[in-house]
Amino acid sequence: MSVVALKPGYTGEIKDRVENFHGKQLLYIGWEDHLMYCAPLCIPVPADLPFGALTAQIIPALYPAHPDTAKIDWSRVEWFRSGRPFTPDPARSLADNGLGHKAALRFRTPGLNGIEGSCS
Amino acid sequence: MNMPAAPAKPPRKLGIKENYALLTRGLGWETSYEPMDKVFPQDRFEGIKIHDWDKWEDPFRLTMDAYWKYQGEKERKLYAIIDAFQQNNGQFNVSDARYVNTLKLFLTGVSPLEYAAHRGFAMAGRNFRGTSARIACQMQSIDELRHAQTQAHTISHYNKFFNGLHDYPHMHDRVWYLSVPKSYFEDAMTAGPFEFVTAISFSFEYVLTNLLFMPFMSGAAFNGDMATVTFGFSAQSDESRHMTLGLEVVKFILEQDPDNIPIVQRWLDKWFWRGYRLLTLVAMMMDYMLPKRVMSWAEAWEMYFEKNGGALFHDLSRYGIRMPKYHEVASKEKDRLSHEAWGTFYNYTQAAAFHTWIPADSEMQWLSQKYPKTFDRLYRPRLEFWREQQAQGKRFYNNTLPMLCQTCQVPMFFTEPDDPTKICYRESDYRDNKFHFCSDGCKDIFDHEPEKYVQAWLPVHQIYQGNCFLPDANPAAPDFDPLAEVLRYYHMQVGHDGHEYLDSPDRRNWEQWTGKPGVAA
Repeated sequence: MSVVALKPGYTGEIKDRVENFHGKQLLYIGWEDHLMYCAPLCIPVPADLPFGALTAQIIPALYPAHPDTAKIDWSRVEWFRSGRPFTPDPARSLADNGLGHKAALRFRTPGLNGIEGSCS
Repeated sequence: MNMPAAPAKPPRKLGIKENYALLTRGLGWETSYEPMDKVFPQDRFEGIKIHDWDKWEDPFRLTMDAYWKYQGEKERKLYAIIDAFQQNNGQFNVSDARYVNTLKLFLTGVSPLEYAAHRGFAMAGRNFRGTSARIACQMQSIDELRHAQTQAHTISHYNKFFNGLHDYPHMHDRVWYLSVPKSYFEDAMTAGPFEFVTAISFSFEYVLTNLLFMPFMSGAAFNGDMATVTFGFSAQSDESRHMTLGLEVVKFILEQDPDNIPIVQRWLDKWFWRGYRLLTLVAMMMDYMLPKRVMSWAEAWEMYFEKNGGALFHDLSRYGIRMPKYHEVASKEKDRLSHEAWGTFYNYTQAAAFHTWIPADSEMQWLSQKYPKTFDRLYRPRLEFWREQQAQGKRFYNNTLPMLCQTCQVPMFFTEPDDPTKICYRESDYRDNKFHFCSDGCKDIFDHEPEKYVQAWLPVHQIYQGNCFLPDANPAAPDFDPLAEVLRYYHMQVGHDGHEYLDSPDRRNWEQWTGKPGVAA
């Protein structure tokens, strides 16, 4: 039973289908151990965006005020897709890297633990 | 010509008990033109079995004439005090202008729920086939309408002097953080009538309401806001009736049939968790927004939930009911909830109808005393960093929209139950889509009824779909400013309603009009 409803066979409209985002898809990005930016961020991106564009421009621009942003060494960053570690290919697209609509992408920056090591 | 008959002896006046019995039993009837199941089509589909509606007991046995008399007296007292408050410029006797931000949160977040409760109880009153249940719902429906009205009348006076209070029903239906209380209530209203009363009368009014009203009303009293204290008192006697009713409702359902027990337990699990997530706003209000603090959120949680709630569920164990699922997670979160929430509003206050600020040194000291395990280690460093940045003219704002929980719609700032430094991520795949949650509690709710929650109107996603702009906005224009356009759609005035308190017209006006400091020492 996927819903308790008055009439049998009731179904709901999925409000956030990818078709509703004008040719883009949503990507969630979370920086581990850096909670000054209080929650993972949500951005619309084209599905054919190369993964490398995230590290080159997009992610640093999301966290301009954090003192650790400028210190990130992207070659040492650890990536997680839906919580599981993976190794992205920067030359290939988000879709080819297994990051579909509403994918949750997290990254950890070893050695950087936020303001005074407080994970902020 | 007919002579009038000799006047009969006036009918004997009914006693309250007799009057109540006639009202709640004598006025009902078994329909014969249409089957009862067609007249009351909504009180079976949830699976709740009722064998004898006459077992429904309303402990107050309130009749209509008594109801109008009591309520009329309460209204007269309330409006006399509000008049006096207004004539004496009582709004300038509050601790400082930061306090008014709690009223902004209350008016935009809570008062519309009173109105929603009015609607919900009117619907429940239509849908139960038991007469006394219908009468009880009807009275509560009128109570809730009265609460919405007295709150609007009381707080409207503050609207003449402070920003952010000018369009609360409009904001309630649109603004990102107000979708949290709105979706909470709409979830209850779109369920069947039994789930609705279990959610609102029991889980909210009985189990959690002390954690909503006590902080706001004691907070008002501590901070010199006599007008709010007065509407709080005026509502309180209704609330005690609602609470008693909430407990009776649940006992009635549980006693009617053993098959009802697992259904009710599931609702208690769900509505405990949804109510608790909603109270996040209260936690932040208590620890950060009241210039004069009453008690900490952690203390309130211990007293009102762990102790009182624990005793209540102990009593209910004879019906086969256990503590709501994930209550232990709520206890683990009590040392961080308010800090995480305030940090979030500090991030996004440029898109809120109230101000945020960094606590003064004495307030940080209070936080550090109340939260010895977490405050100095996890939260003080970021507050001090933000204060430093602000002193350099770089007040921190987060300019990217956050990821939201599909169920509670709160930004995903909650941390893992056993690690306050890691965001808690949960997800489900359903009909080829991914859905994300802030907690196991919210994931469980979705997984049980995904067809309901896939329809959630998540403000962040709605903005990205282009549904939160006014018709004259042109997203294709080269100088299109999405944030400014969303705020215009929210009816928020940039530079007045949101942003940093120290930079706000509220603070400047307060200092000019009262000669008192904007931040009370």
